[in-house]
Amino acid sequence: MSVMPVRPLRWLLPVLLLLLLAGCSGSLKWYVVSPLTDTGRSNLLFLLGGLKYTVLLSITAIAISIVVGLLVALPGISTSRWLRGANRVYVECVRSVPILVLILWVYYGLPIVMGISVSVFWAGVIALALSDSAFEAEIFRAGIQSIDRGQLEAADSIGLGYMDRMRYVVLPQAIKRVLPPLGNQLVYMLKMSSLVSIIGMEELTRRANELVTAEYRPLEIYTVLILEYLLLILLVSYGVRRLERRMTRDER
Amino acid sequence: MVSLERVGKRYGDFQALDGIDLTVQHGERVVICGPSGSGKSTLIRCINGLEVPDEGTIRFDGKAVTTAGSSMRARELRQLRTDVGMVFQQFNLFPHLSVLDNLTLGPMRARKLSRADAEALARKYLDRVHIPEQADKFPRQLSGGQQQRVAIARSLCMEPKLMLFDEPTSALDPEMISEVLDVMGELAETGMTMIVVTHEMGFARRVADRIVFMDKGQVMEDTTPESFFTSPSSPRGAEFLQRILNH
Repeated sequence: MSVMPVRPLRWLLPVLLLLLLAGCSGSLKWYVVSPLTDTGRSNLLFLLGGLKYTVLLSITAIAISIVVGLLVALPGISTSRWLRGANRVYVECVRSVPILVLILWVYYGLPIVMGISVSVFWAGVIALALSDSAFEAEIFRAGIQSIDRGQLEAADSIGLGYMDRMRYVVLPQAIKRVLPPLGNQLVYMLKMSSLVSIIGMEELTRRANELVTAEYRPLEIYTVLILEYLLLILLVSYGVRRLERRMTRDER
Repeated sequence: MVSLERVGKRYGDFQALDGIDLTVQHGERVVICGPSGSGKSTLIRCINGLEVPDEGTIRFDGKAVTTAGSSMRARELRQLRTDVGMVFQQFNLFPHLSVLDNLTLGPMRARKLSRADAEALARKYLDRVHIPEQADKFPRQLSGGQQQRVAIARSLCMEPKLMLFDEPTSALDPEMISEVLDVMGELAETGMTMIVVTHEMGFARRVADRIVFMDKGQVMEDTTPESFFTSPSSPRGAEFLQRILNH
């Protein structure tokens, strides 16, 4: 089974050029974001400056949500009805809250409940991680449950305990199977990080909004914003695919 | 070594095991046969605690594995399973691990051997099943017969006192059955205690000390191969032999 090599940047460049050309002929004022003018350059740098916050926020949130998701998934496959119930309550409650609402609640509500102030960054991380963890938990549960019973029995029959069985037999196989939906979730989270702009996080979307207010060129600036997300997500997809190929080596 | 007293198990309305009494001595080779659904697999799965019977007592080396529907503690169960090897119909090798890693996992994690010791052990038993050259391959690169021999080696790496075989050749292509049966025959010659569920009557006649014939969850006959094959004492046994030998 061979996978076609993916080169996301090969067709991204023509798209960018086409947009720039279109700008020359119409009423579009690409110079506000063109790398060829001084204003454009400084505007572009300002927009791209949000990149590191978006990336940092997403990576931190996803790392936390994967750990929490796994911890939530495990009781979901327990033989105990109470543990399974706890898993259901968590998943259903958390995934029913819109992410935007969760962000507002964590940023404005949590300080009142806990008596501590939460920075914009950590409010974003907590809200995204919390929401994501419910989805990750379902992905992991499905992955673990898809492992053949015979594998569990074989692990039992060579005297492995629960932890060893999970670590050496079940999870390595389950993670390989859930990589595609996990990659999906990664992309989804990266996009949802734009919502954190609402509480003033200086990430990609917030910066674009600020520039639009200053320059009054929404079409041009938001187009650049879209390209920024596109670039980011194509890179993530590429990374996930490579990982998938590496992890399925034993299947070829 | 193993004793079952009045062991019973039901799945809903289906009586899988019905008052089984059976004793297997150290060094004995026992073949269990019978029509499908007669409870053969359930019986040997109960011996290493993969299934828990609803009633009766199973003892291994004098220790109760299960009594009246409750199993031994998890820690004791793990200990039991290092003493009782199991070979499955579907092999159940770990597909994400190389052959060598399949073999060393149990010794390293359950028996706490060092990697070097575990690998030495693994290579010794790969030799024993005649596939030392496959150590670095992955299970799916092997034929069914080779996979089952790896599975046998994986169990042997635990250096068990008793080996259970649950229809080890039923999922194999015909031309691969003999290579697995040969390995099992050689294992029997080393004096290993074995309980084998199988339809391979040639193997049973050649290797078994005793034949246990089961039907509808009960032991119908428990006798020597000679007497079972020449003059089965139960009508169901005779019928079963007719069907399996004249197909």
